[in-house]
Amino acid sequence: MADQQEILSGLAEIVNEETGLDPSDVQMEKSFTDDLDIDSLSMMTIVVNAEEKFGVRIPDDEVKNLTTVGDAVSYIQSNQG
Amino acid sequence: MSERRVVVTGLGATTPLGGTIAETWEGILAGRSGAKPLPSEMVERYELPVHFAASIAQDPAEVLSKVQLRRMDPSAQYAVIASQSAMEDAGSPEVDPLRLGVAIGTGIGGVWTLLDQWDTLREKGPRRVFPLAVPMLMPNTSSGNVSLLLGARAGAHTTVSACASGAESMGTGFEMIRAGRADIVVAGGTEAAMHPLCFAGFSQMQALSTRNDDPMAASRPYDTGRDGFVMGEGAAVMVLEEYEHAVARGARIYAEFASIGMSADAHHITAPEPEGAGASRAMQEAVERAGLTDADISHINAHATSTPVGDIAEANAIRRAFGAAADGMCVSATKSMTGHLLGAAGALEGLLTVLSVHHRTAPAAVNIDELDPKIDLDVIRGEHRSLPDGDIAALNNSFGFGGHNVALVIKSV
Repeated sequence: MADQQEILSGLAEIVNEETGLDPSDVQMEKSFTDDLDIDSLSMMTIVVNAEEKFGVRIPDDEVKNLTTVGDAVSYIQSNQG
Repeated sequence: MSERRVVVTGLGATTPLGGTIAETWEGILAGRSGAKPLPSEMVERYELPVHFAASIAQDPAEVLSKVQLRRMDPSAQYAVIASQSAMEDAGSPEVDPLRLGVAIGTGIGGVWTLLDQWDTLREKGPRRVFPLAVPMLMPNTSSGNVSLLLGARAGAHTTVSACASGAESMGTGFEMIRAGRADIVVAGGTEAAMHPLCFAGFSQMQALSTRNDDPMAASRPYDTGRDGFVMGEGAAVMVLEEYEHAVARGARIYAEFASIGMSADAHHITAPEPEGAGASRAMQEAVERAGLTDADISHINAHATSTPVGDIAEANAIRRAFGAAADGMCVSATKSMTGHLLGAAGALEGLLTVLSVHHRTAPAAVNIDELDPKIDLDVIRGEHRSLPDGDIAALNNSFGFGGHNVALVIKSV
């Protein structure tokens, strides 16, 4: 089981891979769309890569509730494994 | 109002001979071959009868970011690299985005993405298919990406006419400027089709050379020993610009893009019409539309792919179009060095024709040990040929499966 910090850094790597953003910019309070400028297609890729990395399933309906990086980290943390 | 003239003010390419048009031209003048062995794993795994191809010389990863590489099919990567360097070569002109257009042709489009994502779907399921799969595989993926990169809003077009695509797209750019729809158009062609399926498909047509023991000697247009073309890849792009616009900003002008002639064979889906009726009509039309006579054309950059049938059909078409005047036209067969870039071929050869006119040097072909006696043309081999002083004009031919014939006329300025 990954802890919160591991999930955050894993997610930051995925975001970096997809968008080129510096991993250190991916912080808990950042909004995917407003702060990180991630569009819906990139978000889809990030979600699928996160599912694979952390062994979770993030349903499409749930994706729109993941506004901030912190939302995604907590969803993954409570649903992993 | 007099007709708007179109000139060439920038050139860019990534080809089997180099990551720039300058390196490519140097390679051509040095008589280098772009043919290289294919990865042996690929040849063995798919039992390919052809073991080599003219793959690009420079890895796009040396130029593009990781994100660009991920989000663009290789065909679009090449187009973006060539377009960027063509605009730089043109002096990065300031132009109203609404007056800047794009026309990038391709023969096969995003075939790598298409087949790779099909593999992903079959092996890993629909959720693993890349969300950008469709915009990466569509044939207009290159013109769309180049338009986005340059902020070009006058229109972004994609011509698809197999191996005539690149030439046709430059014609599209030319017509856009002539019609007053744009002042500058970034125009050319791109292809990245080195997928095993493409090798297998072309091989089944008996279209590819199988000279596996000597890849660099495989592309030999007009030679009696030719046995098919050598597949190439890459992109070539020119900056076309309205003459007064170019003069007003003090741009370097390589040459004038004088006209395009086009026709269709309606004869067979792949075989050329043997007497060259359709191809000769395109050539005649191009010369007439340029306001020139046959005697004004001193050089032809031929399509000359190195297939047994195609080379003769083109030679016949040139004779049919120009008769005795063809004796005064020296013919370059640059695919002997670059290989056949399919949908980018017409664009690359368009650029090479521009450089030939600009430098007044028509390049010699390599690998012609014995000129096929059925080829009744002044084919340049051995030494490069100097083109005359004064006003000169050259013709560039491209033909594509489907019976597409495109001829361009490039003039000195």
